[in-house]
Amino acid sequence: MRQALLRWLPQILLLALLALLLGWLGHNVLENMRERGIRAGFGFLLEPAGFEIGESLFDYDASLPLWRAFLTGVMNTLRVALPASVIATLLGTLIGLGRLARHPVPRRLCGMLVETLRNIPLLLQLLMCYFALTSLLPDAADAISPLPGSFLSKSGLFLPAWHCTPQCGWDMPQVAGFGIEGGWSLTPEYLAVLIALSLYSAVFIAEIVRGGILSVSSGQIAAGNALGLTRLQVLWHITLPLALRAIVPALTNQYLNLTKNSSLAVAIGYPELVSVANTALNQSGRAFECIVVVMAVYLSLSLITAALMNLYNARVALRGAA
Amino acid sequence: MKRLPRLSTILWCALAALLLWPLFSWAIVHAVWIPDIDACRAARGVGACWGVITEKHRMLLFGRYPYAEQWRPLAATVLILLVLGGASWRRLWQPRLALGGLLVLGLAVLLMRGGLAGLSTVNTKEWGGLPLTLLISLGSTLLAFPFAILLALGRRSPLPLLRSLSTSYIELVRGVPLISLLFMAAFLFPLLLPAQLRIDILPRVVLTIAAFAAAYLAEVIRGGLQAVPAGQAIAAKALGMRYSQITLFIVLPQALRTALPALVNSFVGIFKDSSLISIVSLHELTGALAISLGGDADWRSFYLEGYLFIALIYWAFCFTLSQVSRHFEARLAHSRQKPQPEAAG
Repeated sequence: MRQALLRWLPQILLLALLALLLGWLGHNVLENMRERGIRAGFGFLLEPAGFEIGESLFDYDASLPLWRAFLTGVMNTLRVALPASVIATLLGTLIGLGRLARHPVPRRLCGMLVETLRNIPLLLQLLMCYFALTSLLPDAADAISPLPGSFLSKSGLFLPAWHCTPQCGWDMPQVAGFGIEGGWSLTPEYLAVLIALSLYSAVFIAEIVRGGILSVSSGQIAAGNALGLTRLQVLWHITLPLALRAIVPALTNQYLNLTKNSSLAVAIGYPELVSVANTALNQSGRAFECIVVVMAVYLSLSLITAALMNLYNARVALRGAA
Repeated sequence: MKRLPRLSTILWCALAALLLWPLFSWAIVHAVWIPDIDACRAARGVGACWGVITEKHRMLLFGRYPYAEQWRPLAATVLILLVLGGASWRRLWQPRLALGGLLVLGLAVLLMRGGLAGLSTVNTKEWGGLPLTLLISLGSTLLAFPFAILLALGRRSPLPLLRSLSTSYIELVRGVPLISLLFMAAFLFPLLLPAQLRIDILPRVVLTIAAFAAAYLAEVIRGGLQAVPAGQAIAAKALGMRYSQITLFIVLPQALRTALPALVNSFVGIFKDSSLISIVSLHELTGALAISLGGDADWRSFYLEGYLFIALIYWAFCFTLSQVSRHFEARLAHSRQKPQPEAAG
């Protein structure tokens, strides 16, 4: 009896204290909102948004309800986070393998890249990227053409697009007067976020890949060599499956970080979720609700990513154990 | 006979030179070092204009702090650096000196703030640049640390309610981006407190970063706690120690020692993350760059050099700190390898 009391009393006290604190904060919020004449609740999500969004995957305009604006923001977050994850993984693997190269020069070069990029805040890299894309590149009229059919300039990157309206075919972008018309256009904001996010995450992934490969015990590789496997076969059948077991859980964290880091895009005005929420907040004054929406979305994204990666991890781990 | 370099070495070196030479040529060979706008414009595209740093370095480093009083942030920066340097020196780890370090940090804040000993008061709105970055990252880490220890202990506590509360706090905070919490500090804090109670934006931001960092530090400390062999706590219990004694004198010291390299790395993360406060309009290093170049039509076109200068400062700090972390890690591995003295039979 006394034991149970000792066990539960402090916990109940803590809970009561927490409830009191939350109640007090909630009371203050309601009081402050009433004073400013704001009605609490999420009903405002159904009212017209009243602001335009620079770029969106689906049709969007200011007369649509606010939740559509938030949805556009989420879509824009995913539109940059997913490709960045893929690029970061490929680039990170390459850099990680480069750091394990037998020749010292590529090893040093990759090491320098990693030490440079991971010791500079992502925000700074993002701002630098954006500045380079919008100020150092030529105007659209004399855009540079890195590959035939594509144009890079202050107004972004234009690529050929595959269209099926009404006939299927390539829609090639063309320099027309002071601008570029047609094709598939990527804004400088999007490009800056994509490049900065991919590079920054890639160096962290590189370290994970390197650590994972180093964690494979040399006996395993020696055994593979003894069986007469080629270097590539050893890499593919022995090193990689074993390394993946160490890599995948850490990689999950990196993808989660990448998604969260995409919120920095607010600094250069790429309309992802936080950016949209910020505009909505300034316009409606609903600080509480807007921040709750942002947090809820990120939490669900985190949970979904973690769940998917756990599924993949289970497969990798099983294959390794079998 | 001298050995000839292999073909692959020549090829790799050529590639490295091809990659690094344009950078070297732009940043060093053709660079303009004097604050001369015409020379800079002439060198545009060929060489860097480091003159912009010479011209603007006071504002880049100290933000809008009153020009005549800028010896104060300079002195504060030196004080903070001394504390940081002392903290990475193992021989200086004594309780008395730790207290001294905290006092010196307090002195740095007083020096910035003024209002006593004949110093004029400088509003926190005017603080900026490097001292602000240092104060915010260090201040929030120090505030976060005790909270993080409690969270880590709570997450491993046998009391189910305590455990689930700690776990949900940690997972909740780690699931959302820092920027959304900073927006909370900027817009939501005033709503959460009664109208009479208004807190300045700087302490709000420091508290928010502390609340954010605590979740990450807690996980690092938890890792350290898990590494302490269970036998240690059992032995202490057999000696008749209470839970608080076991935790304070047996488990925590060993856990923190193991976690130290990772804790330093977390501090590097917080240091980098402090750049985000420029988004809620505080002018630390990143924000100071915007106010020193953004409003100047002449120098605005040399933003890139400004970014690189700030990046160099961040890089120097983070790189040094990660070396310190590596040093701690090496020490730890070394002390583990030492053979245990044989117990006298």
